[in-house]
Amino acid sequence: MKARPLNIPFFTPGVWIVFSLALIGASAYLYRMFFGLAEATNLTNSYPWGIWIAIDVASGVALAAGGFTSAALAEIFHREKYHVILRPALLTAMLGYTFVVIGLLADLGRYYNVWHPMIPTMWQGNSVLFEVGLCVMAYLNVLYSEFAPIVVDRFKGKVTFKNEYLRQKTEGLLTFLDKFFRKILWVLIIAGVVLSCLHQSSLGTLMLIAPTKIHPLWYTPISPLLFWLSAVAVGYPMVIFESLLASKSFGIKPETHVLSSLAKIIPFTVGFYFAAKVIDITIREAWPFVGEGSLQSYMFIFEMALFAIPLILLTQEKIRQSVRGLFISSALVVSGVVINRINVFLIAYHPPYTEEIYLPSIYEIAVTVGLICALVLVYRFLTINLPIVTIEDGE
Amino acid sequence: MSTSRRDFIKILATLPLASSSFASDGHSEKNGDLASNGTSYSVLMDSTLCVGCRKCEWACNDKNHLPNKDISTFEDTSVFAFRRRPEVDKFTVVNKIQSLKEQQTIKIQCMHCLHPACASACIVGALKKQECGAVTYDADKCIGCRYCMVACPFQIPAYEYKNVLTPKVQKCSFCVDKLEKGEKPACVEMCPNEAMTFGTRAELIEVANSRMHQHPEKYFHHIYGEYEAGGTSWLYLSQIDLRGSEFPQLSSDPIPKLTETIQHGIFKNFVPPLALFTLLGVAMHSLKDKDRD
Ligand code: SF4
Ligand code: SF4
Ligand code: SF4
Repeated sequence: MKARPLNIPFFTPGVWIVFSLALIGASAYLYRMFFGLAEATNLTNSYPWGIWIAIDVASGVALAAGGFTSAALAEIFHREKYHVILRPALLTAMLGYTFVVIGLLADLGRYYNVWHPMIPTMWQGNSVLFEVGLCVMAYLNVLYSEFAPIVVDRFKGKVTFKNEYLRQKTEGLLTFLDKFFRKILWVLIIAGVVLSCLHQSSLGTLMLIAPTKIHPLWYTPISPLLFWLSAVAVGYPMVIFESLLASKSFGIKPETHVLSSLAKIIPFTVGFYFAAKVIDITIREAWPFVGEGSLQSYMFIFEMALFAIPLILLTQEKIRQSVRGLFISSALVVSGVVINRINVFLIAYHPPYTEEIYLPSIYEIAVTVGLICALVLVYRFLTINLPIVTIEDGE
Repeated sequence: MSTSRRDFIKILATLPLASSSFASDGHSEKNGDLASNGTSYSVLMDSTLCVGCRKCEWACNDKNHLPNKDISTFEDTSVFAFRRRPEVDKFTVVNKIQSLKEQQTIKIQCMHCLHPACASACIVGALKKQECGAVTYDADKCIGCRYCMVACPFQIPAYEYKNVLTPKVQKCSFCVDKLEKGEKPACVEMCPNEAMTFGTRAELIEVANSRMHQHPEKYFHHIYGEYEAGGTSWLYLSQIDLRGSEFPQLSSDPIPKLTETIQHGIFKNFVPPLALFTLLGVAMHSLKDKDRD
């Protein structure tokens, strides 16, 4: 059983729809680049951050957590049966972070200065954003290096240059790269997990710099811990969610037995997170805010429900064994994390001197949707052309 | 995957060296400590003396080359119907105090915090508390992430969203060029009624205390900015309690205290991340050996 490129056509009717949405997103992206943030977004001096930060960046990073959580499981704790999910999870993480950066560039006023945090004279160790930025950048490099062996694997021994000299040289290089990456792979894997733990939690520290602006339901000193726990909690549900989506779209049999046993872990990770949230609200005596009847309180209840339901569902053996049960419960956890990030970065944010509210513009929505669609397309393209997916029954 | 234990240890051994030098570089900036050393400048704004002439707005526009109009147009008091906010082309605004019936006005601009949240937030150190007291902005470093705007408790920094290629964060600079020469900021200089007093922070706190002492009937007994957010370089006296009315209610903790504590806790000489790395490395290798045995 070995991962290999999928033999399916790239375009199907569904793919055409995704493709059109990606094109619309690309046009909105260009619109922002040519006409500026004022034209393309509804951002103001009171609401400097919108959905590009809350969804494209914050949720994007969280949903890419499948990469480090499955690497920890299969490679560090050596649960060998989960090896089949490694490559798809790695690909999602790599593309996820790539698109996080693309989304971020649209949001930055001076995107061409994005490299500044790497210059030692501009290092700012007090800034949470600085740490997030450097970790994300380092992790992106780790992900690309972890992915490189897959590309090498695809072409090694199959180089078909006419020129024999060129062919030999290329093969030589590939063999060298293969050896090199194999040798450093373990460092990359551990570094990836450490970097992920760091920036996943630090994303939760970001909004703590605005104590007077963040609603008390989400303003807690353990916010970084909650962000880390929720990233760990969403890792496996995200792997299951995308694996089921992909197998449906690719017309292959889902790896139900692997996914079901992966799902056994979820009640623990989601349970831990849920318990931490409840304990946090209790210790801070914030329960009255849950019942205050504001938008914030309803969004909090909604967010918590999105974790509570799959938590109960996935304790049932029957639901873990059914494709539908797996899909619904993992989709709920995924939405729970997205809603949590939207809550922390947008719903909880209340600037002192304003009556207006922020709602995303049509361009902001188009870019966000477009980026997700573009990610799906690249994912499909790479699974067709590289050995990512493992199919059970031989040819 | 075959890796020897020696590789593992060799790589671990090199990491702390590289990273501890990184840590000391990254953390050498201590925003805020500079300002408390007594030589930094402050302004005391006494809103009971403000006559609402808005000449300071004109002077600020003039000094900072912002779009400006003839000085006589600033006598227009219709602007007092709303509570205005500083903007990309207005670093300071004079507002009517909303909770008072009579026309009593107050000038607002960047507070030049002693522990500025904006500077602590800034990813590249484009915002900095200078020794003279000003919190300054360097557009050439800025990446335009607007985290400073999220951080500022006074909702001061404004962003040039309309500028397509080179948008800037805009806010009062405390006229830093004049300040460095020991001169008064343009707005303070302009004020016909001396509603603003310029001096060192310690001096001005004394001035404020003696005014409140001499005319207890005129003032609400509180210097806004003495302790708020860990202290600000601009200080306010008023006939009303400014906390929760014209200004936010803030504790005496510096705004970035929690984030900086967490941040430096996680990165204490890089020990926690390296410990995690080691732990995972040991787990990875020992669990693997068990598999083989
Ligand atoms: S008032 Fe806001 S912008 Fe001014 S120094 Fe303080 S935090 Fe920075
Ligand atoms: S917008 Fe500019 S000044 Fe503000 S935090 Fe970002 S880089 Fe710093
Ligand atoms: S100190 Fe200078 S920049 Fe600030 S409000 Fe006064 S004139 Fe304007």
